[in-house]
Amino acid sequence: MTTQALDPLTVPETPAAAAPPTPLQRFVSDFCESKLALFGLVLFLALIMAAVFAPWITPQDPYDLMQLDIMDGRLPPLSEGFAMTYYLGTDDQGRDMLSGIIYGLRTSLTVGAASTLIALLIGGGFGLMAAYFGGWTDTLIMRVVDLQLSFPAILIALILVAIMGQGVEKIVIALVAVQWAYYARTVRATALVERSKEYIQAATCLALSHPRIVFRHLMPNCVPPLIVVGTVQVAHAISLEATLSFLGVGLPITEPSLGLLIKNGFDYMLSGDYWISFFPGLVLLLTIVSINLVGDQLRDVLNPRLQK
Amino acid sequence: MLVVLIRRLMQSVVVLLIMSVIVFVGVYAIGNPIDILINPEADIAEREAAVARLGLDRSLWEQYFRFLSGALQGDLGHSFVHNEPALTIILQRLPATLELAAGAMFLAILIGIPAGLIAGLKPHSRLGKGIMAGSILGFSLPTFWVGLMLIMVFAVYLGWLPASGRGDTVDVFGVPVSFLTPDGISHLFLPALNLALFKMSLVIRLTRAGTREVLLQDYVKFARAKGLSESRVIGVHVLKNILIPVVTILGLELGSVIAFAVVTETVFAWPGIGKLLIDSIALLDRPIVVAYLMLTVFMFILINLVVDILYSLLDPRVRLGEAKA
Repeated sequence: MTTQALDPLTVPETPAAAAPPTPLQRFVSDFCESKLALFGLVLFLALIMAAVFAPWITPQDPYDLMQLDIMDGRLPPLSEGFAMTYYLGTDDQGRDMLSGIIYGLRTSLTVGAASTLIALLIGGGFGLMAAYFGGWTDTLIMRVVDLQLSFPAILIALILVAIMGQGVEKIVIALVAVQWAYYARTVRATALVERSKEYIQAATCLALSHPRIVFRHLMPNCVPPLIVVGTVQVAHAISLEATLSFLGVGLPITEPSLGLLIKNGFDYMLSGDYWISFFPGLVLLLTIVSINLVGDQLRDVLNPRLQK
Repeated sequence: MLVVLIRRLMQSVVVLLIMSVIVFVGVYAIGNPIDILINPEADIAEREAAVARLGLDRSLWEQYFRFLSGALQGDLGHSFVHNEPALTIILQRLPATLELAAGAMFLAILIGIPAGLIAGLKPHSRLGKGIMAGSILGFSLPTFWVGLMLIMVFAVYLGWLPASGRGDTVDVFGVPVSFLTPDGISHLFLPALNLALFKMSLVIRLTRAGTREVLLQDYVKFARAKGLSESRVIGVHVLKNILIPVVTILGLELGSVIAFAVVTETVFAWPGIGKLLIDSIALLDRPIVVAYLMLTVFMFILINLVVDILYSLLDPRVRLGEAKA
């Protein structure tokens, strides 16, 4: 059986006569069935690429004040500036919007991904513990989860931000605190089902240690639903961070995310300078929609009930 | 029933206490409470007097009980900026938020139920698919972004509707309301629509799922076999049965509409409690922040409690299950 790495974008049709497809091959071909999801994936990868290589592809370093020219402030898209063409216009400081947006995307994606990853580890850990040990551990953890999920995410985030103040790490903490409960609930539900299966009983009979059973046997089987929830939650985290930054209680002005760029342009929107808010908003929208498209398809592909 | 009621009430009180500890410890103990609670423009003598008056020289537990007993008597602190009790200021702003929330709920039902019905009756038509795609967008787009787009299109480019404020108000029983004046309605429409979008998507999905399920039931087939007109079958037999879950969920969502009003009120400069919260965070007016958080948490706990009690009244299975547990 061949197990070479597959390029997800150019996967060939699996030949029917040859060896049965590996799970990975089947996963890739199932995923590619939806053109819309494929489009979302390509778009999302392109956005990530743009964010990662921001210093090399932006025409201007938007936070190097030497490169800014205040005389170029609030120019509409496609205007010729002093040194360059501003394809998406400039903001009130004469900053190239295209460069500003790519750097903002970088901040937004980093905060979203970091908070999701940390929340996934914490929430997943608690969920596994709750399912594996049961009893009062389970009750305690799930009571906290229920309590938290009975409040809307934005309220919890506002409480935490009001208490902690602004800052990148504080926003990440707030986003983690908002999200961990979803993972805990997801993992617990999956792990409870898995725990009663024979292979866990077999592992217990072999007198393997608790950590070994949890991490080597139980955890790998709880991953698929976690991936689905995780993908959708990245979009939620990015959207929530943008909302908080827009409200002025999120990231500080030194780390402008897309939400903060939109907030900056909001004051000028009423006077008709739409581009300062509109383009960062458009990029935010594309990011969220592309992640959701991928997440939706992942849910369909990874759902065992829908498997052929 | 009484057992469930008492048990549920005690749970709510415990949750409220936990939340008050979190908010109290967060605001009063993390960071320097003197900076937070005393006007930064006060001189040294005033500061010391205020420290003694607020009891900041006592132990954390004593301070907490002072805060708690104050809160129970309706004293949630004094705003620095407005120089009035925090609770009074919030109660003055509350009607605007409630009006916005009610307007949003009204729009969500008015548009959501017919759209959901169409999508449920004709799930494979273009219109049905379009409505579902729209509801997915309504779920995933950030509220503030949609608000901006509404302002851009309807206020800036078309100039049809105003972008901010409450417009003319009339007093009803001493409470100013916007929805009774033409100017007020024009101010209310955009923010209410913005706030409604998320709930509208929810209503569309619930209605569509309910319609598809109900259409397969025998009583619908029977109503059709009886020769009733299509509008009567759908308007009476189908609609009545899907309304129950929709109304229940919307009741539960009322609290989250008020929480999300923070975003909409900031975008549209609507003078409600959400905008007050954001302004107060920016002005470091902490007593207002604490009062807002405590009131909202209290409201949430109250809504959850009422819904739970109603559930156990309506559904004996819940009641019996809880009494045994």
